[in-house]
Amino acid sequence: MRLDRWGGQRATRVVRHALTFWRRSIQARVVASTVLLSALVVGIVGVFLLQQTRDGLLEQREAAAVGEATRVTAEARERLAGVPPTETDVALQLRELVEPIVQLGRSRDFAVVLSGPAGDSRNAGPALYTPRLDETSVPADLERHFDGVARTAFTYTEIRQKAADGAVTATPGIVVGSQVRLPADSQTYTLYYLFPLSDEIGTLRLVSRALLTAAGLLLLLVAGVTWLVTRQVVTPVRMARRVAERLAAGQLQERLKVEGEDDLARLATSFNQMATNLQRQIRQLEELSRVQRRFVSDVSHELRTPLTTVRMAGEVLHDARGDFDPTTARAAELLHHELDRFETLLVDLLEISRFDAGAAVLEIDDVDLVDVARRIVGSMSALATQNGVHVRLEADRSCRAEADVRRVERIVRNLVSNAIDHAESGDIVIRVAGDDHAAAIAVRDHGVGLGVGDAAMVFNRFWRADPARARTSGGTGLGLSIAMEDTHLHGGWLQAWGRPGEGAQFRLTLPRRNGGVLRRSPLPLVPADPTVQQVRGGAAR
Amino acid sequence: MERMTSPAPDIATRGRILVVDDDASLAEMLTIVLRQEGFETQMFGRGDGALQVFRDYHPDLVLLDLMLPGKDGIDVCKEIRAESGVPIVMLTAKGDTIDVVVGLESGADDYIVKPFKPKELIARIRARVRRFDTPSPEALAIGDLDIDVAGHSVMREGRPIGLTPLEFDLLVCLARKPWQVFTREVLLEEVWGYRHAADTRLVNVHVQRLRSKVEHDPENPEVVLTVRGVGYKAGI
Repeated sequence: MRLDRWGGQRATRVVRHALTFWRRSIQARVVASTVLLSALVVGIVGVFLLQQTRDGLLEQREAAAVGEATRVTAEARERLAGVPPTETDVALQLRELVEPIVQLGRSRDFAVVLSGPAGDSRNAGPALYTPRLDETSVPADLERHFDGVARTAFTYTEIRQKAADGAVTATPGIVVGSQVRLPADSQTYTLYYLFPLSDEIGTLRLVSRALLTAAGLLLLLVAGVTWLVTRQVVTPVRMARRVAERLAAGQLQERLKVEGEDDLARLATSFNQMATNLQRQIRQLEELSRVQRRFVSDVSHELRTPLTTVRMAGEVLHDARGDFDPTTARAAELLHHELDRFETLLVDLLEISRFDAGAAVLEIDDVDLVDVARRIVGSMSALATQNGVHVRLEADRSCRAEADVRRVERIVRNLVSNAIDHAESGDIVIRVAGDDHAAAIAVRDHGVGLGVGDAAMVFNRFWRADPARARTSGGTGLGLSIAMEDTHLHGGWLQAWGRPGEGAQFRLTLPRRNGGVLRRSPLPLVPADPTVQQVRGGAAR
Repeated sequence: MERMTSPAPDIATRGRILVVDDDASLAEMLTIVLRQEGFETQMFGRGDGALQVFRDYHPDLVLLDLMLPGKDGIDVCKEIRAESGVPIVMLTAKGDTIDVVVGLESGADDYIVKPFKPKELIARIRARVRRFDTPSPEALAIGDLDIDVAGHSVMREGRPIGLTPLEFDLLVCLARKPWQVFTREVLLEEVWGYRHAADTRLVNVHVQRLRSKVEHDPENPEVVLTVRGVGYKAGI
């Protein structure tokens, strides 16, 4: 049983390999179809040729047989004409008639049957024939033809010969019938001459064998030629494919070898031109990206130093505002606050442009998301209290993932700060959960919620649900965009759910292993708490 | 005249700080803020020559910008570290990984990214110079090392090991509670004076450097042990 199954599997594998080869190889398909078509044509031609040869051979043989039979019959008639009319012994006369013909037949390779008298079936005596011949070799319809007086006729038959041991051998042959009138009883007797076709069969067999051999060789030739020709076309194509694959893998300096000036060479030239152009474009883009990165770095340096000075000056003024008159003191306060905002905005903008330049890289570490959440809850509690909300962490056990702790903290901080911004009142709940493949952290608020279609928009830069709404925590409008970029860098998901008046939930899902692929999240995107009617949809993915 | 000595203070100073920054406004602003906090300062605006100014001034702490005309801040840092363990705090405009790590590896004790809050800067500076405030006679042992806290010396079998003040503080912090595992965050708070969680690479780099000085084989540490996934602790 096992062996059978194993064998079956092996057979399936072989079949699958063959099918794959068939699908992948143009050469195999071209050769196969050419050979198939050639075989069809060669077959038709062969059959036609054989037919012609056979017809020709038989016609010749028929003519020869009828001629021979007519001649022998004529001789017999002459002999009978020379017999004195007094002779009346029918049997003797018949024997005398047949004996020489049988003798002649033996040397010229034909057999004879004498039957008759015609039209008198009652009086039909035992027929005379060449020894060992089976007299039923003469077909019945020919015998019927000679029931009355009839002209010479022939037909095809099977000549059966009885061997000494009683075995019967059959050979195809021609039987020619011809009538003579016996003077003894003035009755008409029919002489059947049976000519075997063994020579013709031999010839035919020879011819068909030759034709078959020729056809086989011809097909072999066709297959060989097709294989060679397709190889000449397919080989450069395969080379081009290999080079294209290497180009796609980033080896931009790969080129095809150009030989000659034919179509394939021109294809190779065009291909190389394309590769050169691509390489140039990519180099340009790389250069642009490098310049961009450089620019970001320079801007960063150039802006940060004066900002530091301004900031320190602002701080000094702010600290000394007690000595100022009320207007100046207020101005110092405003300067201080706006500098804070300006700084956050600058930091966020620089971060975003770093993402855009592709300069952001992960520093992977083993991160406990519960620890991260706890730290964020701690650092945000002052802001939360100020806004009259309470941030609560719900997690039973630690949940680890390979991630960049600085970025994960920034994501969670942005989510929580966004929640505080929109919560108005009520608790903000942070849930952390994980399974074998993914770790997730969800931030749920019970604030204004999100309008229809807003869940997809919240991650856009500088997006506001309600442009008229005041900002409370002074967010820059880039926080969620940066969170989204950070998430993408991890290969994770960042999704939003929300309903007007029922609050919102943001869910971050990260693969447990760096580079892992996410299939599902351990936490639901649509919160399961009682205030939410279970109407799914919206931004749920 | 890039050099500028501050006038002799009439109050007792809390320390002398050398500010090396090519941005004159920032340097002056730093001077104002630091003087308000009771530090004596000197400014210098170039990378080449900074070492000479350092030798002449004998500061208790150096604030060093990363990008300087004449000579790179990294090189200046290496030069100063080659002859002194004086605390060096890097001022950098780039928060990017490579710059920070290179700065720390060149011997800086701490770094602060522009734009920073003056209070944050003062807190870091205080953490670095606070040892002058509280001399306490205390003797500790960690592994086969003997630490004299008041005398700021570490001995192995009677031979002294030269540590920078920061490395010394780090070692003392671990040695005082050999039963406790310190997370990187706790160390940042205790040794560096951070009030919020910050860049833990700071700890990694300095633990590596400390190990290279006190361990027999830095690849298999016996004095400063790593507790996987948590932090560091002292070896018994």
